[in-house]
Amino acid sequence: MTQEKKKNGLAIFLDELSRSSFMVTLLAIVTGLLLGGLLAAVTTIDVYTAMKVSFWEGIKVALSAMGTTFYSLFIGSVGNPSEIIAAYQSGDSLTIRRAIAPFFESLVQTTPYIYAGLAVALGFRVGLFNIGAEGQIFMGAATAAWAGYTFSGLPVYIHLPLSLFFGALGGGIWSFIPGILKAKTGAHEVITTMMMNYVAFLMIDWLLRYPMKDPNEYTPKSPWILDSAKMIRLFDTPIRFHIGFFIALLMAFLVWWLLFKTTLGFELRTVGLNPNAAKYAGMKVTSAIVIGLSLSGALAGMAGANEILGVNYRLVSGFSSGYGFDSIALALLGKSHPIGVVLASLLFGFLRNGARLMQVRADVPIDIVSILQALILAFIAAPAIIRTIYRLKEPKVEEAGISVGSWRSE
Amino acid sequence: MATADLAKTTILSKPKNNVRRIVVGVLFLVVAVVIWLGFVRELPDGLINTYVMTPSASDSYFPNWVFPTEIALNIIAGICTIMGAYQLARGFGRFSNLMIGLAAGLLIFSFLSWASSGGSINLAGLLRVMVVRAVPLTLGALSGVLCERAGVVNIAIEGMMLMSAFVSTVFGSLTNIWGGLLAGILAGTLMGYIHAILSIKYKINQIISGTFINIFATGMTSFLSSRFIQKVGYQHLNEPGMFPVIQIPVLYKIPFIGPILFGHNMYVYAMFIFVALLTFLLYKTRWGLRLRSVGEHPRAADTLGINVIKTRYMAVLLGGAMAGFAGTYFTLGSVGRFDEMMTAGRGFIGLAAMIFGNWNPLGSMGAGMLFGFFDSLSTKLSILRVAVPYEFIGMAPYLATMIVLAGVVGKGQMPAADGTPYEKESL
Repeated sequence: MTQEKKKNGLAIFLDELSRSSFMVTLLAIVTGLLLGGLLAAVTTIDVYTAMKVSFWEGIKVALSAMGTTFYSLFIGSVGNPSEIIAAYQSGDSLTIRRAIAPFFESLVQTTPYIYAGLAVALGFRVGLFNIGAEGQIFMGAATAAWAGYTFSGLPVYIHLPLSLFFGALGGGIWSFIPGILKAKTGAHEVITTMMMNYVAFLMIDWLLRYPMKDPNEYTPKSPWILDSAKMIRLFDTPIRFHIGFFIALLMAFLVWWLLFKTTLGFELRTVGLNPNAAKYAGMKVTSAIVIGLSLSGALAGMAGANEILGVNYRLVSGFSSGYGFDSIALALLGKSHPIGVVLASLLFGFLRNGARLMQVRADVPIDIVSILQALILAFIAAPAIIRTIYRLKEPKVEEAGISVGSWRSE
Repeated sequence: MATADLAKTTILSKPKNNVRRIVVGVLFLVVAVVIWLGFVRELPDGLINTYVMTPSASDSYFPNWVFPTEIALNIIAGICTIMGAYQLARGFGRFSNLMIGLAAGLLIFSFLSWASSGGSINLAGLLRVMVVRAVPLTLGALSGVLCERAGVVNIAIEGMMLMSAFVSTVFGSLTNIWGGLLAGILAGTLMGYIHAILSIKYKINQIISGTFINIFATGMTSFLSSRFIQKVGYQHLNEPGMFPVIQIPVLYKIPFIGPILFGHNMYVYAMFIFVALLTFLLYKTRWGLRLRSVGEHPRAADTLGINVIKTRYMAVLLGGAMAGFAGTYFTLGSVGRFDEMMTAGRGFIGLAAMIFGNWNPLGSMGAGMLFGFFDSLSTKLSILRVAVPYEFIGMAPYLATMIVLAGVVGKGQMPAADGTPYEKESL
């Protein structure tokens, strides 16, 4: 009797799990990683040399190639556990820092992802597809760098927030233009933000050649930012971990609070879900669009500012990143929710950092991370693929895709 | 369809047309003022312009074009004033788009004359390079036209081109150049197929599907390229060769125009042929009408017995093939090898050219030429009298596209159902 009841409970649990979107997300990530490992194995020449000996020999080599890839990915992103233990036993602080550096370096990589992912996620919530995060990151980096080397004689607790604010301002202005164009003329933000990307790249090139160029340099580079504008580092070298990570978490909290706890956030989300309903409820759709896109750009700008103030300390031409396009995957993976975005950013940050060691150790080019991200993006965006592969059950309520209004304005 | 559109514009946009007429008229006057105040007033006395009309390394000769700058600029500004006055008083009606193009051309010409006065500039060379630079943009735009006319947004032109460029290099090196071309087109078609499956079958947002292809293609080509063809021992996989220049026998001898248009490799001629072919197919055949109706009003098309899903698949596959063809240009028509990220955003400019060209093939080529001209000009800025940063010339295509999209000077006619997945109503 009890046996059967228990079984029922388990069955219900499994049934629910199979229908849940959490399962899809998890399987999307796992599938993406597996396919990536497979790609690394398939493109290893040794596998084919071994195949000539015997089939199983080839499979063995392929598996070991996959193993090396994942192992170096893990070691590169989290650190080598045995090395960390040995370092703690030796008690030498520099050795300890070296051993735990990969973990903190992953967090450093995560930080701009959080900002950029939040930027796109916020846009999605307002029904806007901000595809121009890359350009906004650039502009935010430029304005933050400018503020960082221009205002001298300020204490850290004023100069640092001010520079970060300038970064947000730069990105915000850059996306305000597409916002106002969308609100006033209906020009679709996907095209306008994309165009603004290229304008930003060229603008940065020009800024670095003339107004912002460090006169002591031959190549286009801005001057170094002042010490008072630098993000405070929490450890000595070689760990680059800085307070930017916590500021990013704070921003994630603020975005959550804005979206889900304030009237403005409610209006923004309503506009995102159904602009017509919002309009008939007396909400200002046009101002929601402008505010939404500007805030989105401001967050992206903070990603650029974070890189300048926390890692690079100066603006160099072509300093980016690809964060702008990755951020779309982040927002989708995180279901456009701040907590989800933070988790997705952690995943991508650890992946990207680990991939650098993987490139050295397993001789797998770092670009494999882009492939992984693209695959995860596709699986998340089309849950039906994952549901078909793993024969998961259909969800009871239809899974809401990304509700970005149609191409056409009005 | 066409008559319905016409009726809609004449009935609905009567009052708006008036506003537009005045805006455009004022714009013409602004052009005149810019030429007078910005260019003529700044000009030192007695400068002359020399436009060289024969590209270097051409055997036909055409005399140089020499004129005094100040007089020419005054005449141009005068023409713009007259155009503005006529536009304000009566309006050019259906010719106004043509007139906007003319005014833009005059403005660019005045700028060039002003900036190069006192020296000489090789106009024929500039235009020759323009035609070459327009090729990937126009072909990319045609890919967009094919997809979007059927109602599927294609922002993945860049990724499709990049993938095709890579595949064509490898296969071109393994077999011959035609094998490379074919493989490139197939690679583009495959990318189109993925786009079609994701956006038509799984109905995921078409922009997300396009982004997926862009990220995936960038990652995959860079991955394979740094794993293999950039490495010692695999270099033979990165030598596909290039299509030779074919000088069209009689036409090439035409002075001035000949060397500009008829002394290229096959991609330039293919561009002209595809533009003509696609214009004919889209607007003069039943096939084209069906394709466009699926993009404008899929439900109505379905009611009339057109298979919406099938038509969209076909359009996206063809669009992919076109992007694939455009991608092979980079390797087989331009450089002769593959470099990481070698498309460098051309796919996105192609998309812009499609919008600027109002979603039709001929307009796309016009926009491609215009953007190609800016591109060509930005490489020659160092020889000008006036220092103009090349970055600002480079921005022009993007800004122009945004202005067109915002409808400041006339609204683009986007396919009505562009970007919306089609769902058959089930009872």
